[in-house]
Amino acid sequence: MPTLDLRQKLAILSDAAKYDASCASSGAAGRNSVKSKGIGSTEGSGICHAYAPDGRCISLLKILLTNFCIYDCAYCVNRSSSNVQRARFSVDEVVALTMNFYRRNYIEGLFLSSGIIKNSDYTMEAMVRIAKKLRLEENFSGYIHLKTIPDASPALLEDAGLFADRLSVNIELPTDLTLSALAPEKDARDIRRSMGHLRAKIEEHRGEKRDRLKPKRFSAGGQSTQMIVGADLSSDDDVLTRSENLYGNYRLSRVYYSAFSPIPDASSKLPLAKPPLMREHRLYQADWLMRFYGFQRAEIVAGGEGGMLDLTVDPKLAWALKNRARFPVDVNRADREMLLRVPGLGTRAVKRILSTRRHRTLRLDDVARLCQSIDKVRPFVTALDWSPGGLTDEDGLRDRFVPRAKRAASQLELF
Amino acid sequence: MYNAVLAFPADFDGWREAARRALALGTRPEDLSFTVGEAAPGLFAEPLPDQVPDDAAQPTVPRAFPDLARKMVCHADEDRFSLAYRLLWRLSGERRLLEIASDPDILRATQMVKAVHRDSHKMKAFVRFREIEDSALGRHSVAWFEPFHHTVELTAPFFARRFAGMIWTILTPERSAHWDGEALSFLPGATRDMAPGDDDMEALWLTYYASIFNPARLKVKAMTAEMPKKYWANMPETALVKPLIAGAKAAERRMLETAPTLPSFRHAKQEERRAMSLPRDEMPIGRDEAALPQTIAEAREAAEECRACPLWEPATQTVFGKGPDDAPVIFVGEQPGDQEDIAGEPFIGPAGKVFDQALAAAGIDRRQAYVTNAVKHFKFEPRGKRRIHAKPTMGEVKICRWWLNQERRLVRPKLIVALGATAAAAVLGKTVTIKATRSTLIDVDADTRLLVTVHPSYILRLPDAAAKARETEAFEADMALVLRTVPELAVGG
Repeated sequence: MPTLDLRQKLAILSDAAKYDASCASSGAAGRNSVKSKGIGSTEGSGICHAYAPDGRCISLLKILLTNFCIYDCAYCVNRSSSNVQRARFSVDEVVALTMNFYRRNYIEGLFLSSGIIKNSDYTMEAMVRIAKKLRLEENFSGYIHLKTIPDASPALLEDAGLFADRLSVNIELPTDLTLSALAPEKDARDIRRSMGHLRAKIEEHRGEKRDRLKPKRFSAGGQSTQMIVGADLSSDDDVLTRSENLYGNYRLSRVYYSAFSPIPDASSKLPLAKPPLMREHRLYQADWLMRFYGFQRAEIVAGGEGGMLDLTVDPKLAWALKNRARFPVDVNRADREMLLRVPGLGTRAVKRILSTRRHRTLRLDDVARLCQSIDKVRPFVTALDWSPGGLTDEDGLRDRFVPRAKRAASQLELF
Repeated sequence: MYNAVLAFPADFDGWREAARRALALGTRPEDLSFTVGEAAPGLFAEPLPDQVPDDAAQPTVPRAFPDLARKMVCHADEDRFSLAYRLLWRLSGERRLLEIASDPDILRATQMVKAVHRDSHKMKAFVRFREIEDSALGRHSVAWFEPFHHTVELTAPFFARRFAGMIWTILTPERSAHWDGEALSFLPGATRDMAPGDDDMEALWLTYYASIFNPARLKVKAMTAEMPKKYWANMPETALVKPLIAGAKAAERRMLETAPTLPSFRHAKQEERRAMSLPRDEMPIGRDEAALPQTIAEAREAAEECRACPLWEPATQTVFGKGPDDAPVIFVGEQPGDQEDIAGEPFIGPAGKVFDQALAAAGIDRRQAYVTNAVKHFKFEPRGKRRIHAKPTMGEVKICRWWLNQERRLVRPKLIVALGATAAAAVLGKTVTIKATRSTLIDVDADTRLLVTVHPSYILRLPDAAAKARETEAFEADMALVLRTVPELAVGG
């Protein structure tokens, strides 16, 4: 095999990493380089340094240490039976790339993942060595996210958590059964145990509120995971059931949904057609409704049909259209919980409504100034000078929210 | 009509000082204008007096106002200083003004702050340094950036915190920021040709940008919403946007049309190696297999795969019993809880703490006993980031009893202690009440006796301190009875 130069390796190993949706650099403990005179800072909220034409944020240098892999997961571009070109970075190459990119303000830090070579511990050890070197030798205070390998030894995970801002293990698929069908070497129980182990470590290191001397932070940005949507026959209900379980069991910071996208040299076990990207978007919206808007999973799923979310309208609107008896809501009197259920009102708009109405009674114009689009809100609220009358219960209400061109097509074709 | 002169476009301190004076003089908002630097004030405006009456009151404002004003004056809008002064003026009469989000002045101020925030955020994101070797400074990082508002002063401290170990300069048309490794200073505006032309890392960055892009999910609008074209001129990677979009459809088609290839020789060899190294008896011992587990370790391993009832699916793992294979006593609880499910060990959560305290009070060494549960998976209802304990049904208890019976058969204890009614039912095979059975030794077979007591979580849940103390005492008395019945359990025994 001809030797590859750094640029070729970077091309191969970032191409191999792009199917991981997460690029978040948020949630890390506040830290900077003022005292250390090194390089790097994390200030809570993440920064996207560029956007690619796929609409995704480029925040981190997202690469694999190597795309050689002994596993043969059908949905993965790097599976052992695929004939993609292989490459491997050295520890020093990754460290130098990260520092050079960071110094030029291209990135917030490093998101390192890897195919599994030799065995889990061997691979994990190399990844931890990179994080350690960045922190201790390069005096680097930027963001580090390590994708951990589920059955790596606890001692390695411990080290990883001390040097990284976030650790994650991918759950990959919505059910254990499809996971074992498509990823024969992966064991869903190992993945869950690993997440449980991380949760225990994160909580142990968080310390008690009253502790004067806090323990060293362990993966301060929490842990996250990714689920591939559309590679198996699981419904949106299956997907959301899994997320609900993961948030509750392991206190995850985020579950990422990644619409299965065609990969080069795909396995014959996979569907040929890709799921509509809108499905991924709707799942994110549903996830948000569960976490920040007080919706139960069952309510959200009932807004669609047969366990699938409505692709044409967002899940909150879909729910409201099926529960019109609960509307209209009086913006001057309703409690926060009910305001959050009004289509078109986000958490920020609700906060501003609650603050403003303490001092004056809101008219529809006031509401319009506080939210993004009053058209969506209008049929579902009453205000001092506004009542929707029969609009709330109108048969054609749903059609008002569907752009005419899209009414015919049930799925959005992206151009 | 007065005019106040400010030193530079985002001169917040200058504005604040002038605004205080104007307020002390009782200057109405419509009678005050602001100009920056050399700009000519209005025809009839006279300079704002330096002196204010001695008896002028020091104005007070809500805590959020100074920050709001500091951001407002960074906006490009020419009226920013006047609007900030009008808000200050109105605040003396309308103390709650800032909370009225629908007020037109507040709305405008909020929009301005939002725009400034965004511009400052985009500056943090889109500044691109190029490195030069400078004979005096050594390695020097220089960037050329064009903000849309007056955000250099606001944003420069971020770069100072982030790149403290570097020497850097951000050049912009209006003001430039420089960090010498120790302190931040601001210099006059610059021009594009003062910035370095290229950098040897840019080629690698462009390679990365092109490779991380997924042509199968083109979403150009989502990109331009977050990376508006007005910033593109100073970002090297944006030169790739057009060719990447143009090539995307073709790249996706190529990917789909290429027939799957046969696995490589390397893969075949690897599969062979794996097959050779698999242990022979890989088949887990199923419950329906004829062979019963011969040791506790075997039973534990087999239970890991148990899917006899639906409780396995949402749980993390099977929580099997823990303790010596030949322990004289088995303690049986109801089911593992949140923490037990995560750690894979019984009685380590809050109820486990109560249990441990009672054992310690009675002088029992927990390590000499075998501790387990009637049901081996955690049953719960998800509630956001919490899991609410759900009581197992009798059906689930019955199914899981198979494992408890294996534990009893293999450990052969002299005494079984049932903690709570569920445990008692699992041991006896029928429901009994705690009241009727508590604190007496019941013969279950020739070698084994049963003691029924409460579950430690019952004590935890009691709201009343007196009841709690009473129940703790009764529970400790039961543990003392355990020790009298089986003295081998004593600490140091």
